[in-house]
Amino acid sequence: MDATDTLPTARQLLLRRMRGNMSFLIGFGLLALIVLVALAAPLIAPYDPYAQDLLARNRPPVWYPKGDWLHPLGTDQLGRDYLSRLVYGARISLLIGASVIVISGLIGTALGLAAGYFGGWVDLAVTFIVTTRLSMPVILVALAVVAFIGGSLTVVILVLGLLKWDRFAVVMRSTTQQVRGLDYIAAAEAAGASTPRIILTEILPNVMPHLIVVATLEAASAILLEAALSFLGLGVQPPLPSWGLMISEAKNYMFFSFWLIAIPGTALAILIFAINLAGDGLRDVLTPSER
Amino acid sequence: MSIIAFVLLRLSGDVAIAIAGEGAQQADIEAVRRNYGLDRPLVVQYLAWLGDALSGNLGNSLYFKTPVSDLVFAKLPITLTLGVLALTFALVLAMIFGILSAAFPNTWIDRLSLSIAVVGQVMPNFFFALLLIMLFSINLRWLPVSGSGTWQHLVMPTVALGYYVAPAFMRLIRASMIEVLSSDYIRTARAKGLPGWKVIGKHALRNALVPVVALAAVQLGFLLGGSVVIETIFAIDGLGYLAYRSITQKDFPVIQVIVLMLSVIYVVLTLLADLINAWLDPRIRVG
Repeated sequence: MDATDTLPTARQLLLRRMRGNMSFLIGFGLLALIVLVALAAPLIAPYDPYAQDLLARNRPPVWYPKGDWLHPLGTDQLGRDYLSRLVYGARISLLIGASVIVISGLIGTALGLAAGYFGGWVDLAVTFIVTTRLSMPVILVALAVVAFIGGSLTVVILVLGLLKWDRFAVVMRSTTQQVRGLDYIAAAEAAGASTPRIILTEILPNVMPHLIVVATLEAASAILLEAALSFLGLGVQPPLPSWGLMISEAKNYMFFSFWLIAIPGTALAILIFAINLAGDGLRDVLTPSER
Repeated sequence: MSIIAFVLLRLSGDVAIAIAGEGAQQADIEAVRRNYGLDRPLVVQYLAWLGDALSGNLGNSLYFKTPVSDLVFAKLPITLTLGVLALTFALVLAMIFGILSAAFPNTWIDRLSLSIAVVGQVMPNFFFALLLIMLFSINLRWLPVSGSGTWQHLVMPTVALGYYVAPAFMRLIRASMIEVLSSDYIRTARAKGLPGWKVIGKHALRNALVPVVALAAVQLGFLLGGSVVIETIFAIDGLGYLAYRSITQKDFPVIQVIVLMLSVIYVVLTLLADLINAWLDPRIRVG
């Protein structure tokens, strides 16, 4: 192929679209920053996030008149350094987001691929399962299960992962159906490729962009759900520095120490904003035809 | 659906221990188990529960010792009111900004409504609810912090719950309005000299609303589930708060019925959306 010398390759085109897309750049920049902070938590945090100092409770952040640089974001109701807890809390949110989309992504993609590829009764069965799942109120079921098993990080991840695969299944089913009808699948079948081979090497790479976009949406939603569960006291348990739990523990003090809920709340909003922005950007970059 | 609600709750812990309380003697636990029929096989328990449920007997609350149906139906109207109010708020907000940004795409109006949508999307709704309390109850002293009874009690919960689902509507209305506004019949309507607001309000809106109806049904179901968090924050005596308390008290007959009820409402709403869509768009009726 001589054309490769002059025409940009698919990879170059993708990189070019990435560079030209503002929401992709800002979203991923912000997200990368948060991931970096979470990874480097022991280096950034000035204190042990669990160390209590009852003589230094509810210290205001540095921008308040009474604040000082000893605790840049102040301390909480037990005298724990808020910056340290915030930085370690990023780990929990990111861990929740990533693990939940791995679990729910595997379940949803398997179901959606099977339904879209095989059609017929498989499709009917999957559609029924998805409809059943959709009719269940997620937050209520999650709360109930966590209450009965007992809350912990692992339980929250498993419960959300086992509940939140519906969008993966719906999107994978419809995109697989579209790809299934294309000529190159018929060609692969005619060439004698086995069904697993067609699904894994022909279909999966072509529905991948949609999968990634759904994954970002679901990660954001899982992080918000964990925060809500922890806020209600039925998610991640103390003394872990989950942002939702930090808001919950501080809500009785919010009239006097407003920063205690404002800081983790803002952190959550920024993280969700970054993920949404990156997701929007990814959709434009990966599936430019549907823009 | 009922099977899932049932199995999920039974599998997730020993109910008898939950009823007898932590630290109960083994003999007490056995007694509870026999009394409540928990020693029977799960299938038998499920069929017994289903038979009772179908004949209108949803069992008794373990905590309140009253029939679950009385409890649930007493709280349902409050949650439904809150859900419908929040949905209305979301729709009004989304219509105003969705239509405005579709009418003036890529202007500052469009950007303003986009930022309003983004803020609603990224803010955890319990955090937003706390911010509302800070502003309107603590600083301005306009509204009561929590409780239920008067209309003032419903203002902040409605806003907190509604703002959370509004962005989805805003995006959808903006997108479908822009699509409809570029169609031929809108050009015809403009060409024959109809004023701009009439083109948008009468000709475009009706067609742009078709996808909104389906979303509204799904979102109302979502709102009813999501009201658990909001009702708990504002101590509103509705289904969500009852669900939260039942969950913390391990009152499984009540949770079971609430989950089942919300599922049934969701199914009914989806059906209703299909019917309304058929009424709005005659093409769906034929095809």
